[in-house]
Amino acid sequence: MFSNPLIYFVVIPLIMLGGLALCRNIKQIRAVAVTGSLALTALSVWLLLDYLGLRAAGADAPMLYTGTWSWFTPLNINLSVGVDGISIAMLILSSIILLTGSFASWKIEPHTKDFFLWLILLSTGVYGFFISIDLFTMFMFYEVALIPMYLLIGVWGSGNKNYSAMKLTLMLMGGSAFLMLGLIGIYYHSAPAGQPLTWNLLEIASNASIEKGWQYFLFPMTFVGFGVLGAMFPFHTWSPDGHASAPTAVSMLHAGVLMKLGGYGCFRVSIYLMPQAAEDLAWIFLILTGISVVYGAFSACVQTDLKYINAYSSVSHCGLVLFAILMLNTTAMTGAIMQMLSHGLMTALFFALIGMIYGRTHTRDIRLMGGLMKILPFLAVCYVIAGMASLGLPGLSGFVAEMTIFVGSFEAGMADYLSGAGSLRLVFTIIACCSIVITAVYILRVVGKLLLGPVYDEHHLTLTDATWWERTSTATLILCVAAIGCFPNFFEELIKFTFSPSIYAVIGMN
Amino acid sequence: MDITLPILILSIPLFMFLLLGLLGMKMSHKLAGTLGTLGMGTVLVLSYITAFTYFFSGSPQFISAAGERLQAVIFNQTWLQFSDTLVIKLGFLLDPISAMMLVVIPTISFMVHLYSLGYMRDHHGVYEHGFQRFYAFLSLFSFSMLGLVVATNIFQMYIFWELVGASSYLLIGFYYKKPSAVSASKKAFIVTRFADLGFLIGILVLSYYTGTFDFMSLTSVPVDGMADVYHVSENTAVAVKGIFQSSAAPMFMGASVMTWALVLIFMGGMGKSAMMPLHIWLPDAMEGPTPVSALIHAATMVVAGVYLVARLFPLYLMEEAALNIIVVVGALTAFYAAMVACTQIDIKRVLAFSTISQIAFMMVSLGVARPEFHHGIGYMAGMFHLFTHAMFKALLFLCAGALIHAIGSNDYTAMHGLRKYMPITHITFLIGCLAIAGIIPFAGFFSKDEILTACFGHSIVWYVWMSVVAGLTAFYMFRLYYLIFWWKEHHVHEGHHAPHDQPMTMTLPLIILAAVSCVAGFVPFGNLVTWNGKPMYDSMGFFTNLQHLDWSVAAISLAVAIIAIAIATVMYRKENPLPDKMANMFPRLWDWCYHRFYWDELYMFITHKIIFGCISRPIAWFDRHIIDGTMDSLATITNKASYAIRGLQSGKVQMYVWIYLAGALLLGAITAICLM
Repeated sequence: MFSNPLIYFVVIPLIMLGGLALCRNIKQIRAVAVTGSLALTALSVWLLLDYLGLRAAGADAPMLYTGTWSWFTPLNINLSVGVDGISIAMLILSSIILLTGSFASWKIEPHTKDFFLWLILLSTGVYGFFISIDLFTMFMFYEVALIPMYLLIGVWGSGNKNYSAMKLTLMLMGGSAFLMLGLIGIYYHSAPAGQPLTWNLLEIASNASIEKGWQYFLFPMTFVGFGVLGAMFPFHTWSPDGHASAPTAVSMLHAGVLMKLGGYGCFRVSIYLMPQAAEDLAWIFLILTGISVVYGAFSACVQTDLKYINAYSSVSHCGLVLFAILMLNTTAMTGAIMQMLSHGLMTALFFALIGMIYGRTHTRDIRLMGGLMKILPFLAVCYVIAGMASLGLPGLSGFVAEMTIFVGSFEAGMADYLSGAGSLRLVFTIIACCSIVITAVYILRVVGKLLLGPVYDEHHLTLTDATWWERTSTATLILCVAAIGCFPNFFEELIKFTFSPSIYAVIGMN
Repeated sequence: MDITLPILILSIPLFMFLLLGLLGMKMSHKLAGTLGTLGMGTVLVLSYITAFTYFFSGSPQFISAAGERLQAVIFNQTWLQFSDTLVIKLGFLLDPISAMMLVVIPTISFMVHLYSLGYMRDHHGVYEHGFQRFYAFLSLFSFSMLGLVVATNIFQMYIFWELVGASSYLLIGFYYKKPSAVSASKKAFIVTRFADLGFLIGILVLSYYTGTFDFMSLTSVPVDGMADVYHVSENTAVAVKGIFQSSAAPMFMGASVMTWALVLIFMGGMGKSAMMPLHIWLPDAMEGPTPVSALIHAATMVVAGVYLVARLFPLYLMEEAALNIIVVVGALTAFYAAMVACTQIDIKRVLAFSTISQIAFMMVSLGVARPEFHHGIGYMAGMFHLFTHAMFKALLFLCAGALIHAIGSNDYTAMHGLRKYMPITHITFLIGCLAIAGIIPFAGFFSKDEILTACFGHSIVWYVWMSVVAGLTAFYMFRLYYLIFWWKEHHVHEGHHAPHDQPMTMTLPLIILAAVSCVAGFVPFGNLVTWNGKPMYDSMGFFTNLQHLDWSVAAISLAVAIIAIAIATVMYRKENPLPDKMANMFPRLWDWCYHRFYWDELYMFITHKIIFGCISRPIAWFDRHIIDGTMDSLATITNKASYAIRGLQSGKVQMYVWIYLAGALLLGAITAICLM
């Protein structure tokens, strides 16, 4: 069991939990958190390189590093692990965000130890989710990632935190209910009559035994279930309140990684296992996600709380992920994965910066701040860079992701239009393209009000700029954002090369 | 050609940006400024060598045996692969127009780098706050603009197009503590972003049908026996049109899809080149430091739209409708901007509207160009005017900068009578005015004359129209000239505080650009830059342009310019009541011109009242009260329902017995009914 490298993505966090339990002071806690997340980052980078090596050497299985260990035999529940390029991208993303999140919560108080315990438990769930290929274990890890959120927001949050924590948890649990129903349904149709049922994703996909009628029922169940976490309209309202109340690191992890669980799940479970329903029912969700994209952007234009702006912006950007997945087109799906990475990094950067600014000015209301560029130049410049990434400036990650999505979606839309299959995809692609303008509006509005112009509040003149741990956190994220933006072909190579078997499995069935 | 020079041309400015951006604050002001200027100076030398090699080396890579100028792809590196056919490459294309831009951009950029060493200091020689940042941004801009012009494919152009937009945003908002600068930069970015949306959709349509982003595949054919060398061919454009026509849906809403694609791409150009109705950002962009206005908002970035149309010109030739739209937009913009320029008080705004008007000249010129008429003289004239305009407009802006630096105000009302105090600025400004007015032998005369010839060949209506605009140009420029340098000064400047010519770093660029403005008209453009690379004249020499002038057109345009200057002289040489009388004669017209035809107010209404008031706010309200309200009320209902039925679990045994009996009776009754 321990010869499989993937298992360490769960083992290291568990060791970290043990280590944290023994810690006596904040220095030890920090040491454990940073060492552990550095180890995870190193492991995921090593995994990426090793994986690319294996692929280059000709490994052509859809998932590599697979392993299965029996857990509950009567129901065929196993701990099955395996990764492809998408999972690896998500693992790297999680590691980077956990690392920078630890730096961002350098001075978290009170109950520092408990905070980190819950945070690490949350990431255990995230890692477990991304490495699992057994639907049941996947779901279990999913729940493990959700529950700590309640406490993290409820205890360490700010503002109307009890309400927000409750709302977030209940809405996501509601999504889980749909999801569980869907997963159990899939289990009972996972194999042709007479053969043993299975939870294993790969086996279900190769059996392809879910009848069309059942797909029509199960696809919406799972898609909505995951879609709630991916902030799909109209199930997104947990996001603004939840983010506004959450402490910095939690916002970072939640928007950066947890929301990606939604997109990842929609792809891995809903579309991968039920392609026919995905094709026939895509229009419903295309409309919903297309609305998310512009709706989130327009809402962000008039918000005054920094976190609300970013939460709505996330609704818009994550909407684009689901939107692209539903195009059922290789280019658009590649774009969706890139957008997940890109959004994860830049929104984590945003939330980190907002947390740092809030920690100094004690307000997140942009009407009560102004001219911070003069007072906090480092943070302000980072904020501008994050904003530029968000509005899709070439050279940063947002541009490549959005352009890949638009090119792919447009291709899918035109193909539909020219073959007489309706112009829904085309129309919504053009609507989604409009988001690049609206995004520019709200980003520049914030930059103009918050950072530029004269200093609004005299008291802010005494504030000090970023400390070394804050610089580490933001600089790491900016480097990653710029790396994706400048060398996209590397990432794209990883994703495309590796997930083409699974994509072709989907498209081949159309 | 070796790839070293091209790579260096692009990487030096990028390196300078990173160096000055990351470490600038640790350097002294002087070091940062010197480094930036030296870097740009190196780029200047390297690009001159490259352009010279392209035009005059006679290498078979650049010119065919028949004397046709070719397109050479120096390098082309895959950057992002969308699908098997759609690939974004980053490359370096050398052809007549990109080689020409390799002269224009580094020249102006270097002048501006040099000039800013003096301009970005106050009267006591103290450097402005953010001096290093300024040089970093200038380098970023130069990098992006160079990347834009050498693009080998339309997506590379789009990438750098966005980057120049961002550098323009950063430079307009350089004085970020000033609210007006902040809102001007925001406006510039958002308006051009809106235009880029059209550009992007245009690219998507074009690339979907043709399956390529590559300019070579859209407009050219490879030259036999040579790798990476192409020549422009109408046949390729015809083939592209054929692809559109043979598709399942060649028409969309009454126009061909290809027209749509080209017009959408042109929309991107309208945004960057400030064509009506997307021109509103450019006058506000004057909030940036004046050298920036000279570089970005007069000479280089704003002509990107013209460059884009020129780049895809063979495709535009295929769609008459698209060309006509370009002409109409250009002609209306030219006239509008010239009218407005006659009434403005802020000298930078006069120059800004003049820029809009002149760029519109280039657009019209491209729009009226047809291969049948004089080998597509309109194309050549548009590019020629781009070249000369860059020189004299940068000169005018830098003069304006010198004036503003000396006086401390943007308004001509604060100037008057400066010719005695600032002789060098006076002479160079006058040369700029003569050049833009189109007086022989200054640069503007030749290029404007070619444009009018092209208009004349296309349609008499546009010829007359553009001649009127040319007259207006001469009028408003001389109005400005007299108002600044003549009239009586408000109070006699004396002694140490009198305005004076600026230090050498600032006057040297003025003198150089003035000299260039005097001779640039003699560059034999017809032999260097034509739409298909074929030379227009047999021989090439210093007087080629003079020999090939259409003297009937030239005489008329000269007469128009001289009359306009004479009118300006009568009205503005000395303070007199004539201008006010004129204004009072047409109060409504004057008012509209002065307020720029209320375009800004219209946009304010659209953005604030409609987009924010009628879309964003209602959506935000809907989200909080309807969507979120529904979710909250689901929770509330659950809660209420629980409270409502909790009485049932009271723990009173008597109650339970009653319920038990009632239930039993009810069941019995149902059973009885069913049995009957």
